[in-house]
Amino acid sequence: MSHSVPQAPGLRRLPFGVPAVIPGRTLSFGLTLFWVTALVVLPLTALATKPFGRGFKVMLHALGDARALHALALSFGCALGAASLCTLLGLLLAWVLERVRPPGWRLLDALVDIPFALPTAVAGITLTSLYAPTGWIGAPLDRLGIKVAFTPLGITLALVFVGLPFVVRTVLPVLRELPRELEEAAETLGARPGQIARRVLLPALAPALATGFGLAFARGVGEYGSVIFIAGNRPMVSEIAPLLIVIRLQEFNYAGASAIGLVMLLAAALCLLAITALRRRLPASLGVRLGGAA
Amino acid sequence: MSVSPPLRRSPMALGLTLLAWLAAVLFLLLPLASLGTEALRKGLGGVLRALADDDALAAIRLSALVVAVCVPVNTVCGLFAAYALTKYDFPFRGLLLVLIELPLSVSPVVAGLVWVLLFGAHGWFGPWLAAHNIAVVFALPGILLATLFVTFPFVARTVMPVMESQGRAPEEAATMLGAGFGSVFLRVTLPEIRWALLSGVLLCAARALGEFGAVSVVSGHIPGQTETVPLHIETLYNGYDTVGAFSLAAVLALCSGAMVASRTLMDWLRGRRSVAR
Repeated sequence: MSHSVPQAPGLRRLPFGVPAVIPGRTLSFGLTLFWVTALVVLPLTALATKPFGRGFKVMLHALGDARALHALALSFGCALGAASLCTLLGLLLAWVLERVRPPGWRLLDALVDIPFALPTAVAGITLTSLYAPTGWIGAPLDRLGIKVAFTPLGITLALVFVGLPFVVRTVLPVLRELPRELEEAAETLGARPGQIARRVLLPALAPALATGFGLAFARGVGEYGSVIFIAGNRPMVSEIAPLLIVIRLQEFNYAGASAIGLVMLLAAALCLLAITALRRRLPASLGVRLGGAA
Repeated sequence: MSVSPPLRRSPMALGLTLLAWLAAVLFLLLPLASLGTEALRKGLGGVLRALADDDALAAIRLSALVVAVCVPVNTVCGLFAAYALTKYDFPFRGLLLVLIELPLSVSPVVAGLVWVLLFGAHGWFGPWLAAHNIAVVFALPGILLATLFVTFPFVARTVMPVMESQGRAPEEAATMLGAGFGSVFLRVTLPEIRWALLSGVLLCAARALGEFGAVSVVSGHIPGQTETVPLHIETLYNGYDTVGAFSLAAVLALCSGAMVASRTLMDWLRGRRSVAR
């Protein structure tokens, strides 16, 4: 199977100076530049320069703060754990949805979109009520001595909820394009299920799994609404980086807020570049249709 | 795509299926059920009373206004951007693409923070705005700007793949036949992308309605004035008005759920399940 993206018909490069055939270039190009400059470039420039406004030392000082370091480590750590769990669960759900098609698979398919449909604040209070020591899941776990709400574990579970659809929706279409004859051939040749998964499925799905992981991770690092209710927000324990930005702003510590914000922006940009590069390795028929983070 | 018969009915496949259902019920269905139960704790009357509250109504009006402003702006600009990026060649096209996608992967809190850095009291334009008595941050303009930022890429990126796969030949042919920009855009390009456009508009509206983090940073949190529905939910929840918070949350979830569901339905009816989000 070819993994290169073919050029769409009619797409070819003309030097910029050559007048375009299709009318409206000045208008559409001008409006786009204005829109991107006003809404993205200008605000992000403000963020990129602000931490250095009072010198490089102030910026490093704001980041060297133990509370800021802990918040950043917590956000990245929880996002990493959640994205890993999402990848496992997402692969399981996608495989069952596409290969087993159990009774009621359409319902299962619809359930996967629930996190996309719930606004983050709604997800936040709902998950908190579910995992609180009095909640449906929280109460039985509490009796076992496991505390979920108001701990890093709660943060991770909230991020699993938000990130899960990204993995399923990235892996599912790739699995659908993958001929199931490959698995059947491996089976007739005597491969055990474990071997089929390791040698046939996983190599073909690796770019899609990595893309889904990247999307879930990028979303998890910056997530705010669905996390702050369940986090408990104790400094140095369960205080995530986005919340610390909000707290620094309330203290009018703009340098501190923007230093953390700049780190998060750089992380987001790196994730985006990695995802864009990975997406090129997805099957060509999906390369154009595949979306990104929501 | 043809619907082929189930690959395997082995015991392992059965086990994995049960595991998948368990995960879906535990992680996805239970939160939804819990949302409904909490909202209906005092019956339907409790929900209606919570919705009829003055501050709740003001929050609903503000959220509607935010959607009414942000969705058209980002739809028109997104359409032009997709058109410019797919129908013409120019340098730094890749950079422009990354800049358009960046708001999607950046933290919502950062999306709010940038406007405070620009227009806040100590921001670049803060002193000038204060001298002219214009409030941006902690007022309606800030809320609109923050929402515009987070909903910025949805239309452009849902429409772009369709425009790209369509190529440039139809537009070039129309131009050769003497059509101007208006007729090319409205009669050649637009009809081809109408479903993707509708899909992008629905995503944009759902996000504008539910945005919390970005708006939270630039809103003054004044009940009845600068609180959108998600922000008012937080205020109610932190004030231990659980029924009120969950009632409003359930209504918000119904609205954005309807948008996401109609998008899925649309894809199903058109026979392909796209994953563009």
